[in-house]
Amino acid sequence: MKGTPWWRNRRLLPLLIQAAVGLTILVVIAFLLGNLVRNLSAAGLLLSWRWLNLPAGFDVSETLLPFNAELPYWRALLAGLVNTLRVVVVGLVGATVLGTLVGTAAFSSNALLKRLARAYVELIRNVPLLLQLLFWYFVIFLSLPDGPAALRLPGLVLAKSGLYLGPSALVDGVWQGPARITLEFGALLTGLVIHSAAFIAEVVRGGVAAIPGGQWEAARSLGLTHRQTLARIVLPQALRVIVPGLNSQYISLAKNSSLAIACGYSDLYAVAETTLNQTGRAVEVVLILLGTYLTLDLAISALMNRLNRLVQIQER
Amino acid sequence: MDPRLKSPSRLARLRRDLFGTPLDGAITIALLAALGAGAQALLNWALSRADWAVIQANSTLLAVGRYPMAQQWRLWLLTGLLCSATGASWGLLRRRSWPRNDRIAAGLLLAMALVVPAALELGLDVRARWWAIAGLLLLARWAAGRWSHRLPLICQKLWPLAWPGLYVLGLGLIGGGLGLQPVRTSQWGGLLLTLIEASFAIVLCFPLGIALALGRRSELPLLRWGSTIYIEFIRGAPLITLLFLGQNILGFLLPGGLAPDRVWRAAWVLTFFAAAYVAEAVRAGLTALPRGQVEAARSLGLNSLQTVLHVVLPQALRVALPATVGQFITLLQDTTLLSLIGLLDLLGTARAIMANPDFLGRNAEVYLVLAVLFWCCCAALGLGCRALEHRLNRHSSTASR
Amino acid sequence: MVLNLRLQLACSLVAAMALGGCASDEGGLQSQKLALIKGRGELICGVQGTLPGFSSVDSDGSYKGLDVDICRATAAAVLGDPNKVEFRDLNPSERFAALASGEVDLLSRNTTYTLSRDAAGGNGLSFAPVVFYDGQGLMVPKASGITSVKGLSGKPICVETGTTSELNLADRMRELKAPYTPLKFQTSDQTYAAYLQGRCVAVTTDRSQLAAKRTGFPNPEAHVLLPDVISKEPLAPATVNGDPLWSDAVRWTVYGLMQAEELGITQTNVDAKVAKAKANPNLADLRRFLGVEGDFGKQVGLSPDFVVRALKAVGNYGEIFERNVGSGSVLKLERGLNRSWKDGGLIYSPPFR
Repeated sequence: MKGTPWWRNRRLLPLLIQAAVGLTILVVIAFLLGNLVRNLSAAGLLLSWRWLNLPAGFDVSETLLPFNAELPYWRALLAGLVNTLRVVVVGLVGATVLGTLVGTAAFSSNALLKRLARAYVELIRNVPLLLQLLFWYFVIFLSLPDGPAALRLPGLVLAKSGLYLGPSALVDGVWQGPARITLEFGALLTGLVIHSAAFIAEVVRGGVAAIPGGQWEAARSLGLTHRQTLARIVLPQALRVIVPGLNSQYISLAKNSSLAIACGYSDLYAVAETTLNQTGRAVEVVLILLGTYLTLDLAISALMNRLNRLVQIQER
Repeated sequence: MDPRLKSPSRLARLRRDLFGTPLDGAITIALLAALGAGAQALLNWALSRADWAVIQANSTLLAVGRYPMAQQWRLWLLTGLLCSATGASWGLLRRRSWPRNDRIAAGLLLAMALVVPAALELGLDVRARWWAIAGLLLLARWAAGRWSHRLPLICQKLWPLAWPGLYVLGLGLIGGGLGLQPVRTSQWGGLLLTLIEASFAIVLCFPLGIALALGRRSELPLLRWGSTIYIEFIRGAPLITLLFLGQNILGFLLPGGLAPDRVWRAAWVLTFFAAAYVAEAVRAGLTALPRGQVEAARSLGLNSLQTVLHVVLPQALRVALPATVGQFITLLQDTTLLSLIGLLDLLGTARAIMANPDFLGRNAEVYLVLAVLFWCCCAALGLGCRALEHRLNRHSSTASR
Repeated sequence: MVLNLRLQLACSLVAAMALGGCASDEGGLQSQKLALIKGRGELICGVQGTLPGFSSVDSDGSYKGLDVDICRATAAAVLGDPNKVEFRDLNPSERFAALASGEVDLLSRNTTYTLSRDAAGGNGLSFAPVVFYDGQGLMVPKASGITSVKGLSGKPICVETGTTSELNLADRMRELKAPYTPLKFQTSDQTYAAYLQGRCVAVTTDRSQLAAKRTGFPNPEAHVLLPDVISKEPLAPATVNGDPLWSDAVRWTVYGLMQAEELGITQTNVDAKVAKAKANPNLADLRRFLGVEGDFGKQVGLSPDFVVRALKAVGNYGEIFERNVGSGSVLKLERGLNRSWKDGGLIYSPPFR
């Protein structure tokens, strides 16, 4: 060891660097926390969770979980979470279906379809999601006609009072149907599905492109049509590449659902913002938000990892 | 081989591509019908129902927000400087040649300078400024291409360093101080604010992201764990909750009055947010690097810092380039979220305009213009990235030859 | 730029400390906030920003309105210049955090004075006197034929989230056992846009605000305010709880505007009144009020003539009201409860002595 100055010591140096970094982090955290505690106690807002049991006093629209203003804050937040989960689950399914269709359209034998799929992806990916959501809600959905003038499609009625699924009828100027979706949910879902589908389409396209051309040719020589080849031969193999890529897209969709406030849908973030305003508990509310979304992401990741293992084993 | 098979006539090729099978034919016809109907509806709306007065009346507000009228010459000056610098860099890149892409770009630029001010019904003096700036850009392009070889090589090599200098100068021009009348951040708005926030975050998140990526792959457990926790924490949270945290809690975390104001607070949140994503992109580049590279560098006697700076990063960043620029594009789009926390960025200004009773219900026009603006900015970034990638790959392949 | 910012902050901190030192020399009265504002040379005032009559931005970029004038009066009282105010537009959801974290010095944003907001165990604000007595109402399209709150049963109602309106609506509908769908939006812009596009049958908030917004509608006559007033909404400026001297300064500046109306002192005659008070030592009340004698200004941490400064800047309460929301404005609101107590209203200042 003699002759080697300490700053070139291969064993000491890493320890010193780590100690310095660790100390800096500790000092910064202690500084921030110290300020937080001091400022919060000055404002009389020290960390406490008792307010969660107080009655909320506000209503939450379209809750799957029954909720009214007498129930406590934690029930309101839970109702918001259920609303978030609802839009995330339906959105995941919708975006996957649409994304797969658009992604495989890039390999269609029809040149027009190919170009259109490309244009769709380029258009959607370069326009901010928030702008798209506002567009869907304020421009498209809010200008739907109401009453007898409502748009009628087979099995679907689009009216300003809501989107009615199944056989619906006009009763006293009001539409009645077996299932009604509010405009807010409809707009958010449409925006999220269309946005995420563009990204999922890219993942699918990349996965399909990774399959060697020999596979296509072999299937063709067996007499399978283009569509059969794609659906039976190429896609199942491409899943190996697609599934890991989907993971991050699914997580983005879950996180993007927090833009629901832009179109008036009461998701977790919207309820949390109201809660913050009625209670003034900024730190607690932010902690709840961060914790919940982190858990949601981890759940999606865990699910996708299991799916991934399934796909990889099947290949053998 | 029959030459006709090799290059069938255009009509025949079209027929094969669009009507190859009966099903393809049906799809083509259905798509064409749908496209036609959509285009007709859009045209119908754009020409008869749309009222573009909302854009014409508010073009200044959308561009710079409530930036004081008397100080706007500073922004024109900055635009002029930026355009000259762009032209000069462009000229240095291409020299005296004008390839087809350049001619198209120049044509587009001239057309834009002629059409946009006219469409916005701007005053003649403002139109003249548009023309002057477009002219300046092309002139700088031409002059730099023509005369730059006369300059000493060192000037050409150092030219890219002018950009960071220009950036700092730009912020100074916008914000004032040092003799210029200060313009408060609360008066910045519109496209100006969007670009400031996006550029600030892009410039700073890049080095931060590289540091985090190196930290995550470090052999020192504390660095590794610290970076990993940071990256995963940030990536697990929606941006809106982080912006919310920045606006509502940062004031509690710092001693009274020391917290930056809302505009810079949001810019820092965007920076820290984007850094985590850039770190992941760079890490992918680092992973793609063969181990032999580091070992070879070490055996040549380079120390850790030199290895990282001269061997690891240049190669990793080239691999990470597309994903990193993708993150920058996302970041530019994410600035729209600032409107949700009450800042008057491009979208926030647009929403404020639509609250004006005179322009009530003009959502479609405003959102469409914003969408076109964002699309152009993002597409341009993407194209630039592809060009850069192409250039880097060409360089590396000539070097290896 | 950032460096510049840091430098400014550092300078203002030094200045604040210096001023704080001076204040302590003068007689033990200390207010961190006052020192900070004086050091900064500027008052930061949180306002709504898009509410004609209360706070809105003109086409030339300047703020106007009743809430804005309260900020200007305070700036004049503290700094001697009504233009040394920086206005920050705040959402309902961010306003209290902005005040609590010190991002704004004063919240003058049509905020309802309630127990939970005032209490140290609640939001922990300190309210200045009520500057506008309001009540929550509902607006419906005339064509809907709805004439009372009961008629809204089962209908969607638009409301801004994070407001007392949201809570009052829930209470009242629960009382009436009327189910309804609340449609909540983050900003008033979005709320009215959704209402005007017919997404909800009614929109609810303070009646003054409804009247103010209605004037901007393309067809104001097509909308009616329901006669029901479903809550008391006393709107008041607020400061943070921890700085009593600063709260006193704001409180007595506002009272000064009200007292001036009672005494008949206006923006135009204030100089004459001061001259008169100076000339005549027998007018003790007036002399004290205008700071010619006594140390009332000093007791609230301000200069002796703080009321005069405020009056010169924006006029008395009656003038502020008429100019922004009353007969001199497009809103044409009746003074109603907001008359001086002498005329049978609720505007009443405690004595200046």
